[in-house]
Amino acid sequence: MIALSDYLTLGAVLFALSVAGIFLNRKNVIILLMAIELMLLAVNMNFIAFSYFLGDTAGQVFVFFILTVAAAEAAIGLAILVVLFRNRRTINVQDLDRLKG
Amino acid sequence: MDIERIIFWVFAVILVFAAGRVITVRNPVHAAMHLVLAFFTCAGLWLLLEAEFLAITLVLVYVGAVMVLFLFVVMMLDINMSPLREGFVRYLPLGVIIALVVFSEMFAVVGVKYFGSDVIAIPERHGADYSNVRELGSVLYTDYVYPFEIASVILLVAIIAAIALTMRKRPGTKSQNVAQQVAVKSTDRVRVVKMMSEEKQGSSVRD
Repeated sequence: MIALSDYLTLGAVLFALSVAGIFLNRKNVIILLMAIELMLLAVNMNFIAFSYFLGDTAGQVFVFFILTVAAAEAAIGLAILVVLFRNRRTINVQDLDRLKG
Repeated sequence: MDIERIIFWVFAVILVFAAGRVITVRNPVHAAMHLVLAFFTCAGLWLLLEAEFLAITLVLVYVGAVMVLFLFVVMMLDINMSPLREGFVRYLPLGVIIALVVFSEMFAVVGVKYFGSDVIAIPERHGADYSNVRELGSVLYTDYVYPFEIASVILLVAIIAAIALTMRKRPGTKSQNVAQQVAVKSTDRVRVVKMMSEEKQGSSVRD
């Protein structure tokens, strides 16, 4: 049988990988958004594991809301990305320094 | 080694592999595809945790909608990838070190010592008559009904924001103004001209 710590460790591995992804691909906004999605997936994994092992449905309700907010975040983020590319012809994070004084 | 453990380890290995590919591949389309694989395997793991509704939701909402949106955007934008990749090798040691630190810190908290099977007992599996959807719905529409409605408002805001951000008016395009079309009156379209009747041309002249 699988213990709670196995699921939590898997979530930790996933989270650490996405943190590394943010460091490695710090110029590509699309990969950064994907790394954020991966992070939310790791968090959801922890919520569902706790919900199952503690016998409480509230964890699953929380995952439901996280999915909602993450979908909204992805939609708005990609819309911003499209507008950004239309105006600047690039999605390189380092070129986006127009607000710098 | 029972079947549950085998399923868990197979899915966990695939999940970690897919997540690793997402952050390392060169092509963003391949990254999106590996993210789809990661979502699918995660849905499988959630089925193992008896969260059937959320597993199906993950496949439908994430793989069906969000990742297709990602793929659309990646394919729509004409991105020059080479300047986006520079610094990958330079930041590789830092990224690996920080990932290891993050993981070891989290493992120290969530490891076997505090959350092992002898600390938190593994619950009994529910019978075949157990419905995860009914369980979730009975909580969601009673205790969490206001957060549920706030979530729907958040989705509405996301729809409006995405449309408002990406819609643009180009000069020179011919588009219909529906308000003007609806408000049109018959006098705007038909003009009645009073005049004398004219003689029929052709046959009357020749005779």
